[in-house]
Amino acid sequence: MTALTAKVAEPAPPPPPGAGAPKRRGVELTLLAGAVLISVLGHLYVGLATSGHIPGPAARYATGLCAAALLAHLAVRLRAPYADPLLLPIAVLLNGLGLVLIQRLDATTPGHLTAGDQLLWSALGVALFVLVVALLGDHRVLQRYAYLSVAVALVLMLIPVFFPAVNGAHIWIRFAGLSFQPGEFAKILLAVFFAAYLAANRTALALTGRRLFWKLRLLPGRVLGPILAIWLLSVGVLVLERDLGTSLLFFGLFVIMLFTATGRIGWIAIGLLLAALGAYAVGTFEPHVHGRVDDWLNPFASIERGEGPGQLAQSLFAFGAGGILGAGLGHGQSFLIGFAAKSDFVLATAGEELGLVGLAAILLLYGLLVARGFRAGLALRDPFGRLLATGLASIVALQVFVIAGGVTGLIPLTGMAMPFLAQGGSSVVTNWIIVALLVRLSDSARRPRPAKEPAE
Amino acid sequence: MIRYIRWCAYFCALLLVALLVNIARVQVWESAAYGANPANKRPAIERYAKPRGDILVDGRPVTGSRDSGQLLRYERTYANGPLYAPVTGFSSQTYGTSFVERAEDAILSGTDPGLSAFPLWYELARGRPAGGNAATTVRSGMQLAAYAGLAGKRGAVAAVEPATGKILALVSSPSYDPSVLSGTGTKVKEAWSALNADPARPMLNRALRETYPPGSTFKIVTAAAALDAGVVTDVDAPTRTPDPYPLPGTSTLLPNAGTGCEDASMADAVQWSCNTVMAKIGVQVGLRKMVEAARRFGFNTEGLRVPSWVSRSNFDTDMSQDQLALSSIGQFNTTATPLQMAMVAAAVANGGELTYPYLVERTTQDDGSQVRRGDQRSLGRAMNPATALRLQELMVKVVENGTGRNAAIPGAVVGGKTGTAQHGVGNAGTPYAWFISWARAEGTALPQVAVAVVVEDASADRGDISGNGAAAPIARAVMEAALATG
Repeated sequence: MTALTAKVAEPAPPPPPGAGAPKRRGVELTLLAGAVLISVLGHLYVGLATSGHIPGPAARYATGLCAAALLAHLAVRLRAPYADPLLLPIAVLLNGLGLVLIQRLDATTPGHLTAGDQLLWSALGVALFVLVVALLGDHRVLQRYAYLSVAVALVLMLIPVFFPAVNGAHIWIRFAGLSFQPGEFAKILLAVFFAAYLAANRTALALTGRRLFWKLRLLPGRVLGPILAIWLLSVGVLVLERDLGTSLLFFGLFVIMLFTATGRIGWIAIGLLLAALGAYAVGTFEPHVHGRVDDWLNPFASIERGEGPGQLAQSLFAFGAGGILGAGLGHGQSFLIGFAAKSDFVLATAGEELGLVGLAAILLLYGLLVARGFRAGLALRDPFGRLLATGLASIVALQVFVIAGGVTGLIPLTGMAMPFLAQGGSSVVTNWIIVALLVRLSDSARRPRPAKEPAE
Repeated sequence: MIRYIRWCAYFCALLLVALLVNIARVQVWESAAYGANPANKRPAIERYAKPRGDILVDGRPVTGSRDSGQLLRYERTYANGPLYAPVTGFSSQTYGTSFVERAEDAILSGTDPGLSAFPLWYELARGRPAGGNAATTVRSGMQLAAYAGLAGKRGAVAAVEPATGKILALVSSPSYDPSVLSGTGTKVKEAWSALNADPARPMLNRALRETYPPGSTFKIVTAAAALDAGVVTDVDAPTRTPDPYPLPGTSTLLPNAGTGCEDASMADAVQWSCNTVMAKIGVQVGLRKMVEAARRFGFNTEGLRVPSWVSRSNFDTDMSQDQLALSSIGQFNTTATPLQMAMVAAAVANGGELTYPYLVERTTQDDGSQVRRGDQRSLGRAMNPATALRLQELMVKVVENGTGRNAAIPGAVVGGKTGTAQHGVGNAGTPYAWFISWARAEGTALPQVAVAVVVEDASADRGDISGNGAAAPIARAVMEAALATG
């Protein structure tokens, strides 16, 4: 139905309104089996390649992954039987691949093992997925909690200010030996708020306002004001915390959702112009960001200065070393990237060891996930649902673009977590919730329409 | 709203396409450039990921590999480092390679395409065959004899097989243990700077890379030039040379170290090392023919590789008569590597034909199957066969009853020539003691070995006594070892 879907998967015929769509739960189960199999084989392969023997906890790992996948599948089968059958398998496969890559990098940093933690967080993510799918019967319920969401989001974003900075950014809070990033959760809540607010005020946004010139109309301040204020507040907080990746994400999310709600291309233009100005200002005057822009413009400058390759140069070396077919799992040297090899730069390991082929496959998996999100948005009938699906899909797309573009030298690097792949508990948990919401939304979209439309 | 959602989807598709195009650029287009960047450690990690192949002497490895557990994993070890350092050189993670380690690096590190029957397979599989071995022509017995003979004194020994050009011994003293340079870290760096700061210059390969004035040993070249040019037809005829000999065009008088050189024949002049006679003969041969003769022996030629490069030995091409006279007795600007002088002796012993010296007999794969053979080839004719025979007789007389009696070996025919080279400003430096020789067991036609020995800090005895005293016994020990091993 959409061009994007056509590009990456055979287009399923859209369910005719009113007719019963096929449930396709069997397809989901088959794909899940494949995703689990690929992950377990990757786990075994990494063990063999790095230590020469099958990793000890392989059986437990395989059983755990199977159990998690089955549990999630059961939740979908029972509570969201019409959901898109691709969403859950893609999430399981990406999460499984992420675990494989982290386990592989653990082999080169024996003093800093993280695969176990990541496994724990993934289990928690799947549990939350099950909870969301099971407890959230209808996504429209969320509309009621729009203002509560935004309040919680702002509080979550503010908390880390009171915690010590880690690597120069106030985005983590440490509690009982665990650290997590509240900003990750805030992005879901913010998407819920934007969707609810824009859905409620859509007519006013689309039709009212003083006409400036041609078709461009100034949106009424009464309607635009609150949302603009909240957006500015959240971006301000993030800048304060020096989390530029997330502030960029919020900016993009805001512009995309505003555009989807109003269809005003002029606002996009103004938004992009403002973003460019802001980026230029920050890139010029903020030393941390300025350095990253310099790195992006000339990643090998530090080599020419005789200081050895910087992170971005090491990352590019890793991608280059992978070539088309890759060095093979466990046979790369992406640990040379050093700091952040498992988080921001985890994609470099994928690029080096799986090659262009593997990396493109991973990116296409994300593309498929995003496309399926948009597809749910297109098929939904309520504006809130449409906006929420668009927002959630955009969050995934923007994150992937910002971090993948950053580590491959396409755009300046901004610290952000690759969904499901990167080490980081809050990120994994958040992405599982996003997938749960998309499952819920796609279930609503494909569910046979009752004879009489329920009141919105 | 449907339309706008679709536009958002198109936008995201555009981002995805941008990402895919960019990773194709990085992983295909730029891949080779990134791999070639000197700051990229991957090639080094891959290079040292497997044990390096070995260098063999008499079929036994004189090198080894040690798993260091570091990033650059396998480090080089040397079984008898100082003894074989002039042959093997070093292989260091920090400072690269030298000598055979460098010349045969592709074989030893496993990158040589000849190591695999299917080189493409390794390209595809991103693997690398195990390092191959390099078998040298060196004989351990001769190498030991030369090294023991020098006994830590500054000097060098080069020995070749005249008929084939195989380098049988290559010793430089004082030496060093190349294993201190293997690997990385401060210890290696300290060892490197200590070795470089050492005034005795232990890392200098004196046999291949240092040039010395050859002194009286060069008289063999002058004699060959004179016989080939017809300047001297009867080696026993008197030459009507005054003692001392006034250098042509100057008032400088050239003396002799011993007596009995006045009006001596060329045979006597070689036997007793008369400066006056040989200087005069050199002038009679003339600059052009002397330069030609020297070039035929290997002087003034660049690019000699054994397979490590060898310093160029020099005989000036533009000189006045008095300079030519001095050059004809191996002084003035005439300089030679010990290997070059071994080649001079070898050419005489080999009937006038000069063979290309080489150090690597053959390279093999890990399992011993051959990759390449060392190339036996000729460097051309250095002198007529008749001249060579005549010179052999003269050189035998030097050892039997001349200045080189210390080189005599019972049961063998030995030819030799002593040399003492003045050097330094106003000849202030300690003279270099030289001895070049060849030997064949009695009853055999082909000589087994030709040797050149130079000892830098020979005691400053007058004349050619130091060549006989300091260098000849070492040459004898090396020749004995050669004759013993056949």
